[in-house]
Amino acid sequence: MNELFKRSFQLFKLMIRRDRIRASIWIFALTFFTLIIPSSFQSLYPDQQDRDAMAVTMENPAMVAMVGKGDLDNYTIGAMSAHQMVLITALFVGIMSILLFVRHTRSDEEEGRVELIRALPVGRLATIHAATMYVILVNVVLAVLLAIGFILQPIESLGIEGSLLYGATLGGAGICFVAIAALFTQLSDSSRGATGWSIGLLLFFYVLRAIGDIGNETLSLFSPLGWTMQTMIFTENHWWPIFLMLAFSFVVLLLAYRLNAKRDLEAGLFPSKPGKAHASKSLLSPFGLAFRLQRTAFISWAVGMLLLGVSYGSVLGDLDSFFQGNEMVEKILVQEEGYSIAEQFISIIMTIMAMIATIPAVISINKLNSEEKKSRLELLYAKSVSRKTMLVSYLSVAVINAIVTVVLAGTGLWAAGSTVMDDPVSFGSIVGASAAYIPAMFVMIGLSALLIGLKPNVLSLTWVYLVYSFIVVYMGNLFQLDEWFSNVTPFGHVSQLPVDDFEAIPFLVLIGLAVILVVAGLKFYSKRDIQG
Amino acid sequence: MENVVDIKRLTKRFGDFTALNQVDFSVKKGEVFGFIGPNGAGKSTTIRILLGILKATEGQATIFGKDVWSDSMEIHKRIAYVPGDVNLWPNLTGGEVIDLFAKLRGERQTKQREDLLQRYKLDPTKKCRTYSKGNRQKVALVSALLSEADLYIFDEPTSGLDPLMEQTFQEDVRNLREEGKSVLLSSHILSEVEKLCDRVGIIRDGTIIEQGSLEELRHLTRHHVLLETTSNLDGLDDVEGVHDVSRDGNTYRFQVNAEQMDQVIKFASQYSIQKFESAPPTLEDLFMRHYEGTDEVVE
Ligand SMILES: Nc1ncnc2c1ncn2[C@@H]1O[C@H](COP(=O)(O)OP(=O)(O)OP(=O)(O)O)[C@@H](O)[C@H]1O
Ligand SMILES: [Mg+2]
Repeated sequence: MNELFKRSFQLFKLMIRRDRIRASIWIFALTFFTLIIPSSFQSLYPDQQDRDAMAVTMENPAMVAMVGKGDLDNYTIGAMSAHQMVLITALFVGIMSILLFVRHTRSDEEEGRVELIRALPVGRLATIHAATMYVILVNVVLAVLLAIGFILQPIESLGIEGSLLYGATLGGAGICFVAIAALFTQLSDSSRGATGWSIGLLLFFYVLRAIGDIGNETLSLFSPLGWTMQTMIFTENHWWPIFLMLAFSFVVLLLAYRLNAKRDLEAGLFPSKPGKAHASKSLLSPFGLAFRLQRTAFISWAVGMLLLGVSYGSVLGDLDSFFQGNEMVEKILVQEEGYSIAEQFISIIMTIMAMIATIPAVISINKLNSEEKKSRLELLYAKSVSRKTMLVSYLSVAVINAIVTVVLAGTGLWAAGSTVMDDPVSFGSIVGASAAYIPAMFVMIGLSALLIGLKPNVLSLTWVYLVYSFIVVYMGNLFQLDEWFSNVTPFGHVSQLPVDDFEAIPFLVLIGLAVILVVAGLKFYSKRDIQG
Repeated sequence: MENVVDIKRLTKRFGDFTALNQVDFSVKKGEVFGFIGPNGAGKSTTIRILLGILKATEGQATIFGKDVWSDSMEIHKRIAYVPGDVNLWPNLTGGEVIDLFAKLRGERQTKQREDLLQRYKLDPTKKCRTYSKGNRQKVALVSALLSEADLYIFDEPTSGLDPLMEQTFQEDVRNLREEGKSVLLSSHILSEVEKLCDRVGIIRDGTIIEQGSLEELRHLTRHHVLLETTSNLDGLDDVEGVHDVSRDGNTYRFQVNAEQMDQVIKFASQYSIQKFESAPPTLEDLFMRHYEGTDEVVE
């Protein structure tokens, strides 16, 4: 048995050596953004009265769907920080775990590096084991730093047990997604597939919990992300979800290890079928090629976004019952705004869905750069394909992708909503609300186009900017952030239909900005060296 | 002589595609075995089964008498492998990779390292990202040659090397044989295989179609003969075993089945011969014959 794991330790050290900067950045960023929260709440909501007022607004189902349930009767600084931050941070910890794990397993396998390693007297399970241990270590380090960071803060409500539990919760959630990534790494035969399936499941767990929290509570218990909210950090401090996470991870990892020990190198367990002998007409153009390369991803995201819309739409009917017996909340929300709770819910959910829908669009335009890095473009540029044609082809795919996914998300929301609501919102109004985000999405695509032309080695700035936008919009609901924070993201300028009125000027300005970015990108891209 | 590699009725299926069908061959101790065949014939698949990274569907493969799947750890301590397409970690240097592989093999660093790096003109301080294809391959070669293995498995090891480096590699393979090591060499460079290998196996469509020493294989195919006489050779076409006769004045070129050479010489000796040249088939002829999948020798 030990034979199977032989020399994992050396590989483990190699992974740490390769990732010392990457992992440090992840750990630092996650620790930093978590630990600044309590003191910012301290200054924003100094009195218990302020916090209780905040607690009331947190009963809004859109909020519950977004951040989860908390101990609102006992809303101390600690409880508040945990309630509003744990779930969202867990999402990022999950993504970190998935990306790091796949990078050292399926990516290395795809590139033929694992083959070299496996020809050495190294155990069959050494790679997966080393990667598992390495990413678990990253999560443990993160957990310890978070716990220490909370303990050291001079805020009364941040108790020692809660601090430890906070670290453990995020570390535990990270480990769950190490296990999930390990499983999909066996099932899918590409690193893109493994990452895509794992992140897809992550989002599924997030939505499952949202539906559970608003409607049927037991659903939340089937989601590892739901477990993170069951810990009730800094109030009741439940430890059982941590054990549940560890048990879950252990079982899933065991399964992944078994599959890994049995399967062929570079093979997956999902079947791959033979393709066509001749290219269909639609493939025979740069656009056709760009689309074809991303077809599966495109369709999966489109379906995923439709389902996301349907999931949120399905809770629209529960909103009223959610409020029964809580007249005060009803008063605040309904009377002040003059719109139904459902409509407010829609406008907030739409922002989130639009930002998620931006992910595939940005992946799609960035694909041009990853093709270049894999030296596949030189073959095309050696033919009579101009750089402009190429970039425009990828842009078109990204633009279509953006429009389709966000409109599908809106359609899903409407379709499910109209079946469960007594007084449904009109199709035009919901789809219009989603379409309002299209210019903002174009700006993100344009930014990528510009970076691809100007400085492709910092292309990940688009992701940083998208994450920033997400955090600002997310935080904007929770903290009273200065206006300028949301003014510097395109998503801050979108009219939040149906609650706001539609404003044409920001809509047109965003489109203009996107066009400028694209034109500049085209210009730089035509002039620079192509790496391969 | 004892077999280092022993493959019996090895079959490998990917889904319903049969990549290897009842493959049988062996590599003896101290020999260099050439493994040739057209693209997609199954060479790399066979080698990857030997390395224990693909699992055979049926049949049995052993190295040093141990099963390649279940005893892979024991086996790997005594083998070295170089693939044709070497990909390394972009942000490690070549030197670091060589050290890492030695460490994973559980070996200590020897002073040979410097000599080999010099021989292959490899700069170990460069990041792998910046190496050319040939240089990445050299990293794997140096690492393999540094190891104290008993069996060396090379899958198109010279596909990226320049002719000078190819020669260096060939010298090193000869040295390995002199030290009594065994080598399994898959290559498309037939002159290389011809120069280095004691025995050859030819695989096509997942089936071994020929196996043996070059001498033995030559026996199976035709020799090229050039015959110059003072008079016409009437009836040459009718002699058994003679094929593809072409004539230029009194110079005849034709091919003869190896077993029927005797008859041809008897026939020709009736005439006054000015020149008689006979060339054994090259490996290329042999290969072409099988590649084409017919018995005709291609010009
Ligand atoms: N994972 C796989 N799934 C399906 N078919 C495969 C897989 N791996 C290899 N094959 C098929 O098995 C056959 C043998 O491939 P292999 O790589 O062994 O050929 P090869 O002899 O090494 O060719 P080359 O000379 O081009 O290197 C090919 O037809 C190939 O397409
Ligand atoms: Mg091959």
